Amino acid sequence: MESVPPIVKFTSLQKRYGVGPVVLATIDLTVAPNDFISFIGPSGCGKSTILKLVSGLSPGSTGELTVMGVKPREARDRQAFIFQDATLLPWLTAQLNVEIPLRLRGRPVAERQTTARKMLELVGLAKVADYYPRQLSGGMKMRVSIARALTLAPHLLLLDEPFGALDEMTRNRLNEELLAVRAVSPFTALFVTHSVSEAVFLSNRIVVMAANPGRFHAEVAIDFPYPRRPDLRGQPDFQAKVNEVTRLLHEVEIPPSS
Amino acid sequence: MKKHFSVLTWLLPAVSGLIFIGLWYGVRVVSGLQSWILPTPVEIMAAAVHEHTRLLAAAGHTALGALGGFLLAAILGFFTSLLLGLSKSLRASLYPWLLMLQMTPVIVLTPIIMLWAGPGMPGIITITWLISYFPIVANLTQGLLSTDMNHVALFRMCNANRWQEVLLLRVPAALPYYLAGLRIAATLAPIGAIFGEYMVGNASGGTGGLGFLVYSYNTQIKIPALFATALTSCLLGFVFVAAVAWLNWALLHKWHDSYERADH
Repeated sequence: MESVPPIVKFTSLQKRYGVGPVVLATIDLTVAPNDFISFIGPSGCGKSTILKLVSGLSPGSTGELTVMGVKPREARDRQAFIFQDATLLPWLTAQLNVEIPLRLRGRPVAERQTTARKMLELVGLAKVADYYPRQLSGGMKMRVSIARALTLAPHLLLLDEPFGALDEMTRNRLNEELLAVRAVSPFTALFVTHSVSEAVFLSNRIVVMAANPGRFHAEVAIDFPYPRRPDLRGQPDFQAKVNEVTRLLHEVEIPPSS
Repeated sequence: MKKHFSVLTWLLPAVSGLIFIGLWYGVRVVSGLQSWILPTPVEIMAAAVHEHTRLLAAAGHTALGALGGFLLAAILGFFTSLLLGLSKSLRASLYPWLLMLQMTPVIVLTPIIMLWAGPGMPGIITITWLISYFPIVANLTQGLLSTDMNHVALFRMCNANRWQEVLLLRVPAALPYYLAGLRIAATLAPIGAIFGEYMVGNASGGTGGLGFLVYSYNTQIKIPALFATALTSCLLGFVFVAAVAWLNWALLHKWHDSYERADH
């Protein structure tokens, strides 16, 4: 039987900057539609580099990488990037920030406004549409950033530690909201994080990475069904997965003594 | 507590001003200096009232020259900065020459400017432009180069073209820098115009500006009127600075961190 074409496919991909050290050594990964893959690992393991490669912001050195069957840059219209900080333009209101991707593609004003309004409603921020970023809390800014990323209904969402700067309660709530938004507007996600419990809660696959050079260490399947409810975090199965991933992280963070 | 402080913000300068005026009178009485060397504030005010027609006309003339030079600097500075901020090779080839122009004292260039631009308003505007142009270019160029790299990445991810990146991202992000440049230029423009008028003397046409009055009162040894001219120049400078401060507020207060209010 013919299998579904992958959303992202890394084939023996290697990345180094010029003649500098190897950032990523021979990556092989096939991302299936609707996968939610988290990348976790010590700093310098190249997890953010993976997102930069997929987005086409940074080219690979050797090997092959296709995104939805084409080169990364050619797939930009069907993917969106959510950065570590919300990267809202401070001189635009929340509404106008969400409109930016549509504006840059020359969509008519009426379409821009209705789509942006709908996206802000989706993340529960319709009331603050006319606020400027400095009037919003960290969590609200990140919600606007998510709304902005979803305006073009991307097939693939790249998230680079989006909730890293938030307190744990806000982070948990945004994790739940992200999954709720995904149920309405489905996307495949590549998610970089430092938080094990966040990765277990969100993903169906977790890739544990090692540094020097950046490489895949292990992959863990998380098969709790979606939709996932907040009380999943309290269940023993969940804790077992957190422990398993934490143990794998310890393997790469404390190298065996020689 | 806060209200108490806001009373102090006008009360303290008023008290120090009164002390200063008191000292002024004290020096005059103790030293026995004559009015034409050290006029008292009252004599200066009397001169200002007596000469008010000439002073106002001159201030209008100076304001025109200063505004002309300032606007020229603001417009040319904007486009120069765009060229410098967006092309590395243009920056490398033009910046040293701009710096050289800035390093050359205007006083040295004045005769040449008068020769080329003509001794009236054109020469005055050119001098004012020359003196207020560089701070605008230096600030705005820096601003155009300081765009947040994540914002640039966001625009690239949306397949933004070069023009969209400039007009929708780099220019608005550099706006606070541009306004900072304009603020410096606003303090320099009236000085430039007065200096220009002083250098052209009575060739500046019409009634001449405040700079011409300085020349004229000085040769007539009308020292209280000279002080009154200084006061008028000072007020004109304040008008310029206040106008740019208002522009700054109008463009930035809604979103910029420098206008962050305590209630947010």
